[in-house]
Amino acid sequence: METTTAGLDTKWWNGGKSPFNVEYGKLMMWYFLMSDSFTFGAFLIAYGTVRFSSNGWPDPNAVFKSYPGASETTNAPLVFVSIMTFILIVSSVTMVLAVHAGHERNKKKVATNLIWTIIGGLAFLGCQAWEWNHLHHEGAWWGSNPFANSDGTESTDNFTNFFFTITGFHGFHVLSGVVINIVMLVMTLLGTFEKKGHYLMIEKAGLYWHFVDLVWVFVFTCFYLL
Amino acid sequence: MEHSSTVAGNPVHDNHGGTKEIWRTFWILLGLTIVELVLGYIMIGVESTGGRLGLKGAIIILMLAKAFYIVAYFMHLKGEIRNLVMTILVPLSLLLWAIIAFLYEGHSYRNNRNTYDAYTRERSNIQSTDKKADEKGMHEKKRTGAETME
Repeated sequence: METTTAGLDTKWWNGGKSPFNVEYGKLMMWYFLMSDSFTFGAFLIAYGTVRFSSNGWPDPNAVFKSYPGASETTNAPLVFVSIMTFILIVSSVTMVLAVHAGHERNKKKVATNLIWTIIGGLAFLGCQAWEWNHLHHEGAWWGSNPFANSDGTESTDNFTNFFFTITGFHGFHVLSGVVINIVMLVMTLLGTFEKKGHYLMIEKAGLYWHFVDLVWVFVFTCFYLL
Repeated sequence: MEHSSTVAGNPVHDNHGGTKEIWRTFWILLGLTIVELVLGYIMIGVESTGGRLGLKGAIIILMLAKAFYIVAYFMHLKGEIRNLVMTILVPLSLLLWAIIAFLYEGHSYRNNRNTYDAYTRERSNIQSTDKKADEKGMHEKKRTGAETME
């Protein structure tokens, strides 16, 4: 008997079953996200390397201290960015609720939660647009850093270059996520998934959206807290 | 267990926890974020290098905990088959090496330059003059600077 000679592990890979028990698209989404985390990892590690090689670095609390409608002299570090973080976490929850509703094949609930997720994504993008605009008015941009190092010495442009590149790359991911979610919403409302018999596409969009939230956890910590 | 139809017919993972687990994860994430922010606020007043390092370490641990909850519960990686989890997580361990190697390299580059490169050493001692214009009431001047830059 063949099966007795082959161990349990070999049987698992003998064919006739799906060893990973996920559909192709979801597996590939995972691998895409893995490669994407290498991109973000490389960015953040480059940022860390340059920061470790510098004698001084601007204090994030002295840079990110304003919010919309605040006066010029406002000193409110971490306030605005915590709102942005909160928005992204909530939109992640509504996304996971949409995926959950998809498992129940509840079209209405999927659509409602997707709409909330899209609103959350747009709110986050709006916050980021305001922040970029605000910093730009203060003279910060690629190649221009108006903020002194925390010890009062003259700084280089590394701080703003890394900030705009990495938050920009993340913001671009949020934007693509919003577009993907809008496509998912349209497909849901048109009944595409209903016809297909499953809402697995929502699950893949959800993975992407959670990844965007995951990256923000790292970006937020590295730029605003440390 | 022998026929593939079980896999093809039911590709959706059953969701044991349901929405209850989702909300539990949400509250955990929110709590961790609030603790992170509180530590961030505390750090503003801390001057000692050791104290700042300790707080930064705590923030990094909380960050990793948040990452775990998002990946395990929101992305549902915890419910996947172990082989799949390994094909995703094992390659990512390369990043661990990269973090250690590159940060060490950066630190060493800084030491070397401070030791052997007089220009860098002196440059990093120059006090900022026109920077932080907000505090020095030079906001108007700086604005025009930003506009010409565009």
